[in-house]
Amino acid sequence: MSTSLVLAAAVLAALSGLPSLARRPRPAGPSPESWLMAAAALVGLTGAALAFLPGQRGAVEVPWGIAGGPFLASVDPLSALFLGPLFVVSAAGAFFGDVYWAESLHPSWRRLRVFYGILTASLVLVFAARNLLLFLGAWEVMALAAFFLISTEWNDGKARRAGLLYLVTTHVGTLCLFGLLALIYGATGSFVLGPLPAGLAASGTGKAIFWLAVAAFGLKAGLMPLHFWLPGAHAAAPSHVSALMSGVLIKTGIYGLVRIQSLFPDPPVAWGEGILVLGVVSGVLGVAFALGQHDLKRLLAYHSVENIGIIAIGLGLGLVGRSTGNPAWMVLGFGGGLLHVVNHGLFKSLLFLGSGAVVRASGTREMDRMGGLLRVLPVSGACFAVGAVAISGLPPLNGFVSEWFLYLGLLDGVGKRAASAWPWGALAVPALALIGSLALACFVKAFGIVFLGEPRGAGPRVTDEPAWMWAPMAALAALCFAIGLAPMLVTPFLDPAIAVAAAAPAARPALPRLAAVASLRPLSIFLVGLAVVLASSLLAVRRLARGAKRDGTWSCGYAAPGPTMQYTSSSFADWTVGLFRWALLPVTPANRLERPFAKPFRFASHVDDAVLHRLLIPVFRAGAELAALGRRVQHGQIQLYLFYVALTIVVLLFQV
Amino acid sequence: MTQSADLILVLIILSNFVILGSRELRVCIRTAAVQGALLSVLPLLVHREPGSRAILMALGAAVVKGLVVPGFLFQAIRHVKIRHEVEPYVGFVPSLFLCAVGSGLALLFAGSLPLAPEHAGSLLVPASLATMLSGFLVLTTRRKAITQVVGYLMLENGIFIFGLLLIEAMPFLVEAGVLLDLFAGIFIMGIVLNHIQSEFSSLDTHYLSDLKD
Repeated sequence: MSTSLVLAAAVLAALSGLPSLARRPRPAGPSPESWLMAAAALVGLTGAALAFLPGQRGAVEVPWGIAGGPFLASVDPLSALFLGPLFVVSAAGAFFGDVYWAESLHPSWRRLRVFYGILTASLVLVFAARNLLLFLGAWEVMALAAFFLISTEWNDGKARRAGLLYLVTTHVGTLCLFGLLALIYGATGSFVLGPLPAGLAASGTGKAIFWLAVAAFGLKAGLMPLHFWLPGAHAAAPSHVSALMSGVLIKTGIYGLVRIQSLFPDPPVAWGEGILVLGVVSGVLGVAFALGQHDLKRLLAYHSVENIGIIAIGLGLGLVGRSTGNPAWMVLGFGGGLLHVVNHGLFKSLLFLGSGAVVRASGTREMDRMGGLLRVLPVSGACFAVGAVAISGLPPLNGFVSEWFLYLGLLDGVGKRAASAWPWGALAVPALALIGSLALACFVKAFGIVFLGEPRGAGPRVTDEPAWMWAPMAALAALCFAIGLAPMLVTPFLDPAIAVAAAAPAARPALPRLAAVASLRPLSIFLVGLAVVLASSLLAVRRLARGAKRDGTWSCGYAAPGPTMQYTSSSFADWTVGLFRWALLPVTPANRLERPFAKPFRFASHVDDAVLHRLLIPVFRAGAELAALGRRVQHGQIQLYLFYVALTIVVLLFQV
Repeated sequence: MTQSADLILVLIILSNFVILGSRELRVCIRTAAVQGALLSVLPLLVHREPGSRAILMALGAAVVKGLVVPGFLFQAIRHVKIRHEVEPYVGFVPSLFLCAVGSGLALLFAGSLPLAPEHAGSLLVPASLATMLSGFLVLTTRRKAITQVVGYLMLENGIFIFGLLLIEAMPFLVEAGVLLDLFAGIFIMGIVLNHIQSEFSSLDTHYLSDLKD
């Protein structure tokens, strides 16, 4: 029942773009396509919820003519956990897009609608597929649909380059996936996803399977050295597509990693350690790169890298728990990681929708041209603030809860003799703390530069804030609050998903419940109390300030302050970017004021992506120059071409 | 019967030399036409009892190789204003020498092939190989597009002779295929010629190297 409902939702979503092909542009407001997406989300959420009832988990199996076994789909709690945010975010994004991507202004609206539905449907299938070839097919449809969405603004050179980079990267990942499939088929003789034989993990094949999975899924998820496609693609896509991509699409990489590791009955400790290290690197450097950005959506995209890092820390901890047989690590690691998948899906899509509202109002993605937007976008700004607090991992919002689980898990090994088989977990704690504080600094910068102060440049272009634009954001913000204040609402859903991820066999004692391990009840009381204190103090400040006279800030007696004298995004982050100079390699011009009455000069600094611009592009450029030597063979003389053909035939004749 | 076939095959090999050695385009084309006409007699001679199919085939080959294609080529050199001279990359004497070496090698090579006993003594295989080689020489060492067509024609003639080996084992489908292939090849070459002509006002394939990327 559960699987059928989810597949029905996929069909609904895939067809949701069809009405747009037969109709004229409409004024902003809910469109038939969005209602179809909402219907798909309702059906799909029902199906995903049913997956947590043991009796409803039947697989859907249809024999078909394609090689590699039947069409086999099934929704277990792990899939359902990923499907939940997908349906919520896709529906919220669709309604947001109705306002954001005004059909009368953008000629590409039809293509956007069609591929948005197809992307959602393919994501559903990726999470539900149990036949590896079906998975690969869905994966490829997802990649191509996302490509068409990223390059919606095809006439913009940057969007085109980002789309092509994404296309190349995703196919490199698909290539790794091909190898993965072949190895799994070689090991099990079947394309159906099922447990791998014990002992395989120690063999070369097992290692190849796991590290190929890390490469393929890490490319999609954006783990640090493999993240280079992500900032450009997220910045170039329309904002609600960025929300879906960052909130859900990159999580397919996490899903794949969790799924593949769950197939191994006995993973070695080195795998968990590797994932943990990758997670720490992505987390710290992701947020450091985010600090250096001037483009609001690139900034958010780097935060996706950071959050994928946090999720990977959880996965690594869970994997180590599996290797060492520590149930607390399994529960807290996988639990924290998976809850962060859900949380990041909610608050990151909320932030991307918020950035969409900002881009719509200001007509640019450059933060240094914005400012004072809270006056134009009061509700969206408040929602953005909620998302910013959540992503910084502060109580009483949901980001805090998942990071709390991770802290508990990582610190669990400290001081316990039984767990000293693997004492390194505590080393990730400072990294996690550093990530949290840098994220906070980064969102203080983003919120302050964008929403506070005075408008820089020409000021807002569009000054209305339609209800259908902020309503999806408000819904997502409400979900963030719900998980943050009452984590016990989600832990019953996490427990069965952790059991799938930990591949807990029935013989062993059942895993402890997450709510018990993390002592949620006192935590929740603390969080609610904190929320009450915060809300009441906010109200008190409002009341006190009611009669106050409003005036400009005191500017040290300077008579003519102007908007250009405000902090910019780069000046605000200058110190923190300087701390990470060794990794970010910021490009700043050397000219400075040298004598009185200096001539005016321009100052521009930017932080390029280190992997893409310092490593990949130079390497590929050198490769292209080498390959250009081969073009000497191509001289345009038809006679010599014929000679080449004959030479080839002769060589082949003598070889065979 | 085999003697008359061998006589024709020797004539064909000689015509290769004529094509490679002649300085004038008209002679080249005319010799290629003669080669085609000689070739078309072969199916009748190789067959033990030539039926209607062999006759049809001979007629087809004679018409296409002896009349249609050469006629087309003559028309081409009449229409486009080019010097009626072969422009070789490799001189006439060296190409004749190469052709002689090639023909000798073809004879040697054919001797070492495990052929069916009824073909063992015949000149069919060496003549076919020699014609292919010389056709290839024309293709690679001559500059004008017209001579390219002639080279292609010779290559096809060589394949045609080789196909005669199978004339009893295989249906005529092979032969029809060869004719069709030839016709398509000439057709394409014709289009190419026209386009080179209209693009560069010349039929020199040398100019094609401007098209390289």
